[in-house]
Amino acid sequence: MSHNVQLALIVNGEPTEVAFAPYKTLLEVLREDLSLCGTKHGCELGECGACAVLLDGQPVLSCLVLGVECEGRRVLTVEGLVKDGRLHPLQETFADLGAAQCGYCTPGFLVTAKGLLDENPKPTRDEIREALAGCLCRCTGYQQIFEAVEAAVERASR
Amino acid sequence: MTIIGTPRRRVDGRAKVTGQTRFADDVTLPRMVHCKLLRSTMPHARIVQIDASRALTRPGVLLILTGRDFPISYGILPVSQDEHALAVDRVRFVGDPNAAIIARDELTAFEALDDIVVDYEPLRTFADPLESLAHPEPRIHEYGDSGNIHKSVSLRFGDVEQAFADADRVFDDTFFYQGNTHLPIEQHAAVAAKDPDGKLVLWSSTQTPHYVHRALAKALAMPAAHIRVIATPNGGGFGGKSDPFNHELVVSKAALVLDRPVKICLTREEVFYCHRGRHPVSMRFRTGVKKDGTITGLHVQTLLDGGAYGSYGVASTFYTGALQTVTYHIPTYHFEGCRVFTNKPPCGPKRGHGTPQSRFGQEIQLDKIAESLAIDPADLRLRIVERPDTLTANYLRVGTIGLAECIRRVTKASGWKQTFGKLKRGRGVGLACSSYLSGAGLPIYYNDMPHSGVQLKLDRSGGVTAFCGATEIGQGSDDVLVACVAEILGIEPLDIRAVTGDTDLTPVDLGSYSSRVTLMMGNAAIQAAERARDYLAEAVSKKLSVPKERLVFADRRVFDTESPDTGVSFSEAVCLAEALFGTIGSTGSYTPPRSAARFKGGGVGPSPTYSYSAAVVEVEVDAATGWVHVPRVWIAHDIGRALNPTLVRGQIEGSVYMAIGEALMEEQTFRRLPPKLSRALVHKFPSMLEYKSPTTLDMPEVFTELVEHPDPRGPFGAKEVGQGPLLPVMPAVANAVYDAIGVRIDEVPITPEKILKALDAKAAGKAPRYGPPRFPAVPYPEPLDVPPPWDGGDGKARTSKLEGRSEKVEGRNEAVRR
Repeated sequence: MSHNVQLALIVNGEPTEVAFAPYKTLLEVLREDLSLCGTKHGCELGECGACAVLLDGQPVLSCLVLGVECEGRRVLTVEGLVKDGRLHPLQETFADLGAAQCGYCTPGFLVTAKGLLDENPKPTRDEIREALAGCLCRCTGYQQIFEAVEAAVERASR
Repeated sequence: MTIIGTPRRRVDGRAKVTGQTRFADDVTLPRMVHCKLLRSTMPHARIVQIDASRALTRPGVLLILTGRDFPISYGILPVSQDEHALAVDRVRFVGDPNAAIIARDELTAFEALDDIVVDYEPLRTFADPLESLAHPEPRIHEYGDSGNIHKSVSLRFGDVEQAFADADRVFDDTFFYQGNTHLPIEQHAAVAAKDPDGKLVLWSSTQTPHYVHRALAKALAMPAAHIRVIATPNGGGFGGKSDPFNHELVVSKAALVLDRPVKICLTREEVFYCHRGRHPVSMRFRTGVKKDGTITGLHVQTLLDGGAYGSYGVASTFYTGALQTVTYHIPTYHFEGCRVFTNKPPCGPKRGHGTPQSRFGQEIQLDKIAESLAIDPADLRLRIVERPDTLTANYLRVGTIGLAECIRRVTKASGWKQTFGKLKRGRGVGLACSSYLSGAGLPIYYNDMPHSGVQLKLDRSGGVTAFCGATEIGQGSDDVLVACVAEILGIEPLDIRAVTGDTDLTPVDLGSYSSRVTLMMGNAAIQAAERARDYLAEAVSKKLSVPKERLVFADRRVFDTESPDTGVSFSEAVCLAEALFGTIGSTGSYTPPRSAARFKGGGVGPSPTYSYSAAVVEVEVDAATGWVHVPRVWIAHDIGRALNPTLVRGQIEGSVYMAIGEALMEEQTFRRLPPKLSRALVHKFPSMLEYKSPTTLDMPEVFTELVEHPDPRGPFGAKEVGQGPLLPVMPAVANAVYDAIGVRIDEVPITPEKILKALDAKAAGKAPRYGPPRFPAVPYPEPLDVPPPWDGGDGKARTSKLEGRSEKVEGRNEAVRR
């Protein structure tokens, strides 16, 4: 059995120290060692997008990132979207407009969409499609997800 | 009404967008250990010996279980109790579990799998239904109709051959529908633990906790009262989590033995092996029509590739022939269906359960008929739509039918009259229709009890808790439960706490399958809420000296309709009622109406009411590459009434999405390993990368039309929406491809390769088509003759010579006879 490594990273804005087995992916570290179960897995092979998180602001598949690669880096998960007890606009519109059905792929979509809006605050429908193309959803048919992202853009510009 | 019919955020919406919904793999308990299953590498073999001695010596390994630990079989249908938690002496497909390792962590369990040595004696592999029909031996199972035929049926309603003789034309077409799988994003997971009092508790991503509860009691030989099954919210189900599964039994047994919580989470590859997805079906449709399009008779033959176990397969077989008559008026009807076992993961119920395959065949054939008779395909269907309040040839009682309006709405919205047959080559539109049940009329196992129960607990605080066994799989069942109760009691949805899918706490609901939950749970919830409202009304009436009939429940108040200022708050009303009657609770339940069918096999198809859909699909086909692009889909759905239009739209768009996947790309197929390996029959692509499903870039724009004429049998008039809207899309795609490039693709998925082959055939002067050349010879039994209602039939079979045949779905009709 390999010995644990210990490292420091910034998770959802909080400096965090964590010890874990060195073979673990960021996904496993988040879920198993930091009890941040909001991040989901659907394949653990980088195929479904359910495990997406923002790493230094960029969407990554946490099942393809090793925990040991994250020393000193900023990780944002779905748990970090709520600010001061208020939902992020994307969370509001996803909940209001039916963009979350079973909710399992939702955290991955939310952080990926946040990554998009951080870079491109007013994306077109095609840019939204393109940005979310790595996330699979089997429930919604994506249309209400596109609408929710667009509605969040609209709310932000109000 | 303030809640029903208003687009709303679902009650569990906040939990889902904050990542707080607790799925099965999110359950973690102190001292928890982990389980992995060893799965067969052989498609069909006798297990000579399993040597796990080396695995047991690996540090961290706590327990190894094999088939010997699970002598009792189980299965979802009483007639197909053919599964063991771990294979006892035989493996039947690559992926069949035959041993389990429980270790202190997942990695140790995974590594220890390599330490187990299984000695197999290979048996003949059946890769295809034709092989199973050709070779009765060795039998994959020692039960079933004969050889490797699991189930074979023939039901005849009227003289179909005479109807063909009376027809102006008889059309004879064959189709093939490839199998595909549910692919929920959540992998199945389960955690079992021994309660401090020694009872078993299982958290599992299951759509059917009640049936898992029964399977555990049987297979573990434990009193059901000592077992608690908690269905965690499912991360997508689509039918794929409706069977009791090996891993649920294994972790349950392990937790009891070790007295420690045991978790399993399947890998994506293992989810492909659980399967229970769409049966591959070969079909033949013979339809007699008059010149005006009127159908005189229909003869449907189906052959289902069942895979290695029974699952819901007997019901699936009947469903391939059940609903044709519900959609169109068919005066004489003959259905023959046959399901065979093969050495592949078991097929079962996927969204639409058994009906999409035959719907595909029927709707393409209608397109061909319309063309031959020079009738517009939409007009043809409008002429033959089944009439409302009808008893069909096969004794299904149909109530409201919004199909004609669906066709009119969808053709208008899509501009059908301007586009069909008129677009330039390479672009086309296609139309198809469908119907679906709003809940199976009969339970999986015979009983006289309600199909759904709801209990309400009313608190002095004004809060209400609604308990129901229904399972939230994403479809919004918690929201339906809460909305129905809130509407009746005049409070807000978030004033109500939904406790669902827990066999200890909640009254039985049979589960989230067959599109039954909204109708059945909804009616039970309304009854429970009305009973609670009665208590409150009586107490408030006394207090205010206002007649009960004048009291209104709205805006969290109970008040006099003639003097709205005279009233009390809802919580005061609860206190008054509690003072008058004691603790306030109420129950409601729902049992479907009696079916009219009195013949064996009539147990599949009856439903309290049926939904209807019509779809127009637009395609662009590149004749050089065969590539099909679907830019737009228009779909109209007869839902009776939309309880929460936001969720209804989501179900429809999600159905269209899944249908586009089935139509164009999704297929669960198999190949043989090369001879230098084992030649084993293996899944071609058990991964999400290679099993193609539509992404955001593939999804067409969907325009939804809701047809809302409240159905008296539905809660507030609602019918189902979870499955029906999937059904018309696949044939509409095929019909649109024909409109675009003039070739028929009579099977799914409609891949570029098949389109190019059909175009080549056309160019060579052959039939412009890709599809099965002929329907195989299938040894169907002698038909059971049931005269249709208009021939003086009473729903019973005419002949009794087949009474003795083994047929246990038929046993379900005992319910009907009483």
